Amino acid sequence: MHRWGSVATLVLASGYACFASPAPQPPQRGEDLHITDNQIGRYGGSLVVAQRSEPKTLNPVTAADAPSREVIGRLTADLIHINRASQATEPALAKSWSVSKDGQTFAIKLRHGLRFSDGQPFDADDVVFSFQVYLDEKVHSPQRDLLVVGGKPIEVQKIDQYTVRFTLAQPYAAAERIFDSLAMMPRHLLEKPYEGGQFAQAWTLTTPPAEIAGMGPFRVKEYIPGQRIVLERNPYYWKADQSKNRLPYLDELVFLFVGNEDAQVIRFQAGETDIISRLSADNYALLSKDAASHGTEFFDLGPSLEYDFLVFNLNDLKKDTDNIAAKQAWFQDVKFRQAVSAAIDRDSIVKLVYAGHGAALWGNVSPSNKLWVDQTLPHPPRSLDRARELLKSAGFSWRADSALLDRQGKAVEFSIITSTSNAQRTKMATLIQDDLSKLGMSVHVVPLEFRAVLDRVFQTYDYEASIMALGGGDADPNPEMNVWLSSGGTHLWHLGESKPATDWEAQIDQFMQKQMVQLKYKERKHLYDEVQATVAANVPFIFLATPDVLVGAKRHLGNFKPAILDPNTLWNVEQLYFLPGNGAAAGGKP
Amino acid sequence: MRNAQRILAALAVLGALHLVILLAGFVAPYDPAAQNRDFPFAPPTRIHFVDAYGRAHLRPFIYSLSVRSDTVNEYEEARDKSYPVRFFIQGPAYKLAGLLPLHVHLFGVEGPAQIFLAGTDGYGRDQFSRILYGGQISLAAGLLATGISLLLGLVVGCVSGFYGRWIDESAMRLVELFLVLPWLYFLLAVRSFLPLNISPTQTFLLLVAVIGTIGWARPARLVRGIVLSAKGRKYVIASRGFGASEYYILRRHVLPHTYGVLLTQAALLVPQYVVAEVTLSFLGLGLSEPAPSWGNLLANLQQYNVLISYWWMFAPALALVIVSLGYLQLANAVHELQSGSI
Repeated sequence: MHRWGSVATLVLASGYACFASPAPQPPQRGEDLHITDNQIGRYGGSLVVAQRSEPKTLNPVTAADAPSREVIGRLTADLIHINRASQATEPALAKSWSVSKDGQTFAIKLRHGLRFSDGQPFDADDVVFSFQVYLDEKVHSPQRDLLVVGGKPIEVQKIDQYTVRFTLAQPYAAAERIFDSLAMMPRHLLEKPYEGGQFAQAWTLTTPPAEIAGMGPFRVKEYIPGQRIVLERNPYYWKADQSKNRLPYLDELVFLFVGNEDAQVIRFQAGETDIISRLSADNYALLSKDAASHGTEFFDLGPSLEYDFLVFNLNDLKKDTDNIAAKQAWFQDVKFRQAVSAAIDRDSIVKLVYAGHGAALWGNVSPSNKLWVDQTLPHPPRSLDRARELLKSAGFSWRADSALLDRQGKAVEFSIITSTSNAQRTKMATLIQDDLSKLGMSVHVVPLEFRAVLDRVFQTYDYEASIMALGGGDADPNPEMNVWLSSGGTHLWHLGESKPATDWEAQIDQFMQKQMVQLKYKERKHLYDEVQATVAANVPFIFLATPDVLVGAKRHLGNFKPAILDPNTLWNVEQLYFLPGNGAAAGGKP
Repeated sequence: MRNAQRILAALAVLGALHLVILLAGFVAPYDPAAQNRDFPFAPPTRIHFVDAYGRAHLRPFIYSLSVRSDTVNEYEEARDKSYPVRFFIQGPAYKLAGLLPLHVHLFGVEGPAQIFLAGTDGYGRDQFSRILYGGQISLAAGLLATGISLLLGLVVGCVSGFYGRWIDESAMRLVELFLVLPWLYFLLAVRSFLPLNISPTQTFLLLVAVIGTIGWARPARLVRGIVLSAKGRKYVIASRGFGASEYYILRRHVLPHTYGVLLTQAALLVPQYVVAEVTLSFLGLGLSEPAPSWGNLLANLQQYNVLISYWWMFAPALALVIVSLGYLQLANAVHELQSGSI
């Protein structure tokens, strides 16, 4: 790949037109380019990254899976963007925006003279069209929920060719963050399928590249099923560096479809890919050992925003699963859950599962989310004595062979389901099994296929306990609404509550709803602290740990600034470039 | 006689191995499920005879391990104190061969040092102890499943070959069905029907039953062939003429011919079924944590970093190879002995 990349660079440098990928268009008069402050790079090269599975679609509105969103994110752009490094919002396709005093009206001014990757102009009509599609219930966009504030969809109104006004039904905290990752789409290409009710079928992987255009740094070049999808430079991209060189620097961005993490590690070691993200701690240790000789570099960015937790099934069960329903008497007892939490050795999880590259957790907010973490949350050390006291006070007792018995004299025994594809969670379950055996609980670890786990947790409720992970999207509390509101779609321990099942869930509902409409950070923080404290006290999730974000890249990659937020490595792909010199040598195979 | 020597050698190796595995509790220094969370992936403990001052010792000794600072699983020996290897030492409780409760172990060291002859796994569990206890499960699964297969095969084969006609026809069609069954997918399907809370003993019995039941077809076919040829022999016809009952003929004149084949089949099937158990556990269809079996132990190698970083995790494979070679050698020798005698 790189050999071709450097050939392309040579051709460009000597002034010939390059057939491999389109040359960047020179800046036009009246074009409001966004000037980036990155180090000035050089054009050329093809960046290769691996994906676990193929994207399912290139349709920004219907895409729900991570691989699709990763590719689409490079093809499209949003109005207001969350900078992955600073975690703050910054203008993107919007040149500027203003908020009314009551926090309900947003006036967004668009950049002038921008063009889609097919050369067609971009203006307010495209914005209005995009929001019309996102808000259309018939399209079933997963993002629609975000755009419904206070029960009413956001109103979008075109003021002039470059101004759009958004009106919210009620004040909404950090409202500008909801614009992040909402792709602006070309009306000239998508209006027809939308009017025809065919929107969900538009922009599949087999759509001819000429019919797909976006505002992102790249556009589709070719897709080879089962192998790769190749993106090429968008010659009209709206960012430029300080020397007025239009970004991106790279000619091509290639996503290879590589089955699993181990296969990705082998490809990276062989020099076939340039960047590797979401490394497990074991593979991180393995790869960084001979990083110098391979010309690679590895980064531990600190704890991620994800949280691993153990959850007990507190759903309302039908009679046919009464075997589990009988055990819910234990799970529903907060002292039982607190005892389990107290008995778990979180430091061992960090050490043995994450090889020290992680942090123990007692709440849902990662320590690296400095803006929102409740620093006063207690971090009680592991204590089997405290766990035993809690169990005793909840009426549990111990048999002569030290097995734990409940009030009815029934031995405490339950299973934890984990996904076979995630060795780390199975490992956590095995450690917890050993920890809880010290309390006399008999725990079975049942690794199941990932889909079977999801099916049991979300649909059939046929499980007793499970280890899962959530979070990682944005640092702001609002994306967590789904988890903590008793009516939320990922309120995992008890799904589909028509009204809060317990007092503390009702309290969390109130705090979460209040923080959503509160515009002042200090007040919001206070409310969110309350949520964290209530969750920690009632332990619906038994928080375990959060892994560090571990990534690697070839050493000769310029402007590589991995971030904790997703996408960790490609968020500034338009700024990435291959440093001169050893580029081709290190890229080729020895 | 060379063949007899080969049989004896194979028997001696297999016998010794089975005895050690049967007495796993005594030979293994630790409980196979005991986690030492301070020592994940510790390499095999080095046994010393010469100390740091160059003095030779008659009694072997070891040094305790300490974790190198700023690492999680890189170790060095703490050379300030040596721990002699002791024999018949008191240790964790176990039941000898599942019956006799005891505390005494063949060898060990005094705490806080620990002796890991085959290193530790990712939870700091002693691999050597796990291989021995795992052998109990893997070998028992192999032997029991072989018993089930041969018994079923013998019964079906005898009935089918001796009585012939529609019984033979239907039995042989059933055999063909079982021979073409994609058994791995069959097992995956069976596993998905199981309840979540299934104890390791139940899983084990089920595993054995399934492996054994699926494998009866080939021995049944072999036995049928032998019964067919035996029942046409002149002395059988003569015996029938003298008024012997069918049961008598079967027992007295026909069955003895099948023993040789059964023996060879047994020697072939045992390693095959041990490997089948390993395959199933490797795919996560076998016993669940923390129960060890050779398949579970080898499943650690599915992770690339384990595969290339920790060579001692291959130790269970060595045990598996020795058992398989032993049985195959035995099968070969028995087979040659038979063909020589006929």
